[in-house]
Amino acid sequence: MVAMENRSLNLLDEALSLEQRMEPWPLRGKLLLIEDCVETSGSFVLHHLVKRILSPNSSNIVIFLAFSRPFSHYDRILRKLGCNLVAQRDNSRFFFLDMLMLQCPDGNEEKTSEGGFADLYGKIQKIINALPENHRNHVTIMIDDVSLMEVAAYGSSDHVLDFLHYCHTLTSDVGCSLVILNHEDIYSSMERPVFIMQMEYLADILIKTQPLATGLAADVHGQLTVLNTGICSGNGNLKNKISNLQFMVKENSVEYFYPGSRS
Amino acid sequence: MAATKTRTSSFTRNVLSVSSSQIPGVKCGPNGTFFVSSGISDLDKILGGGIPLGSLVMVMEDAEAPHHMLLLRNFMSQGLVQNQHLLYASSSKDPRGFLGTLPSPSSSKDGKLRNHDPEQDKGLRIAWQYKKYFGENQQSFDGHRDSKQEFCNDFDLRKPLERHFFSGQCVDCVSVKDSPNLAALRDRCTQFLAQFRRKDGSISSVGRIAIQSLCAPQCEYSNTEWDVLSFIGYLKSMLWSANAVAVVTFPPSLLSETFCKRLQHMADILLSVKAIPDDDKELAKLLTGYQDMVGFLNVYKVARINTQVPLILEATTFSIKLQKRRFLVLECLNQAPIDGSSGASYGTSGSCSGSSKTGTLDF
Repeated sequence: MVAMENRSLNLLDEALSLEQRMEPWPLRGKLLLIEDCVETSGSFVLHHLVKRILSPNSSNIVIFLAFSRPFSHYDRILRKLGCNLVAQRDNSRFFFLDMLMLQCPDGNEEKTSEGGFADLYGKIQKIINALPENHRNHVTIMIDDVSLMEVAAYGSSDHVLDFLHYCHTLTSDVGCSLVILNHEDIYSSMERPVFIMQMEYLADILIKTQPLATGLAADVHGQLTVLNTGICSGNGNLKNKISNLQFMVKENSVEYFYPGSRS
Repeated sequence: MAATKTRTSSFTRNVLSVSSSQIPGVKCGPNGTFFVSSGISDLDKILGGGIPLGSLVMVMEDAEAPHHMLLLRNFMSQGLVQNQHLLYASSSKDPRGFLGTLPSPSSSKDGKLRNHDPEQDKGLRIAWQYKKYFGENQQSFDGHRDSKQEFCNDFDLRKPLERHFFSGQCVDCVSVKDSPNLAALRDRCTQFLAQFRRKDGSISSVGRIAIQSLCAPQCEYSNTEWDVLSFIGYLKSMLWSANAVAVVTFPPSLLSETFCKRLQHMADILLSVKAIPDDDKELAKLLTGYQDMVGFLNVYKVARINTQVPLILEATTFSIKLQKRRFLVLECLNQAPIDGSSGASYGTSGSCSGSSKTGTLDF
């Protein structure tokens, strides 16, 4: 069993320090931020994490806030990866909150969008409170994606940030982890992109997906930078770890390899 | 285990696939999607078969040339010819007038002329010994060659569409010129898409939405970015649950970069059109068939519904040509085999080897 577990690990898992045992879950209490761009979608990282988190020999729980895709989309993808979301949903391990239609009827009234997010937070809290005490720190909240939350809030990114801060308190209070997807290139032309800077500041782990600098390639779909901050080394010091990987996305897995190591 | 309760295997055949073949203009795609045609057979091939139902196509306009209209016209005509319902919105005063400019499908004899013989293609490929460049997607192109005739028509741009196609009930036109915000358009879209709600079982009818020049400066809402974004977000979520597709064109040069990026992220399929300067001697030397080109089409994003695997195209830049001044075709750029060391030439030189996509290599 242990050997099998090791074999299923890939370079991304290593970069995220997931190679340690499942208990305690290595990402517990952490905020993981995925940044992608138009050319290279980063959603496969999200799918990979869902699969890892819901792996059968753990008792982790996912609360998924979907702003961009319907359930059927994730269901089909995860099934190909070997994870049945419908079954996990029935087992109360996967909570899917469909937020596609979340919109404030009147953008000028700040209260409404605040209300929408407050309700959403209330829902998350309710789910967590309903769990047995010893399972509460096994929860991962995933958001796909935050830029659409801003759209739902008619551009009042402060409300989105407030919401994220609330969720972030859950990481310290209860020990939840938080996985957020955002698009980096939206903010690259801004002079002072407060929104993304704040998120990057909060993030413990930052994953960036970018296209290859050399252009199109059929067997390398892009590159991945994983910045893992605040790892406790043996003597209690904090250190950062940066990994650069290239990847190729397939239906049933993603291949990761070091740059240049692929013949 | 509970996992096996709901579905026994991941490899169950989709029951829908049988029933879908009866609806004209709808074809089965991978991952449980269904394609409708864009009205340009070359574009369908590039997109991997067509536009998947439920997806949003965004076209970035060229500020100086109306090439996006070519795409829109073919898209709309294709729907009307197949009796699909159409909602057309534009910022002009009389959007219905635009319907008069739609192209008509050519008679089959004309259409035959531009269909290449598949055998001939094969011969070319071997001669070039570039077989390895034709990946999996090439095969999928060949698969539906025979059924193409009814899935996608060839449109004769010089022949207007017969009136009876668009005089009936199935066309809805909206002018957004005088509306202060997008609420009216949103309501119309909601109403329109309500007819095509996706139910379990077969597809009974398909709808197309064409929105021309969203955020054009003559509209009052054009400076309310969040209004536009939230409209697109809403449209997208409506499309997800409907048997319909939407094509929206917008002028990126008038929008802020941030806003433009947001729109690009929301698109399932992202294209851009560019005019080519009338007499660019250098470009003419570099590209074969330059004199027939009217512009370039760039493909940035291809719809990835129900899958995480990106579709890597052999080329992302295509030339828009008018064959015999009638038929719209897209071709990979055939670069003359000289240097081409400039920065932008990657896509061009890469495409040289993949040029059999449309088959003609004029050397």
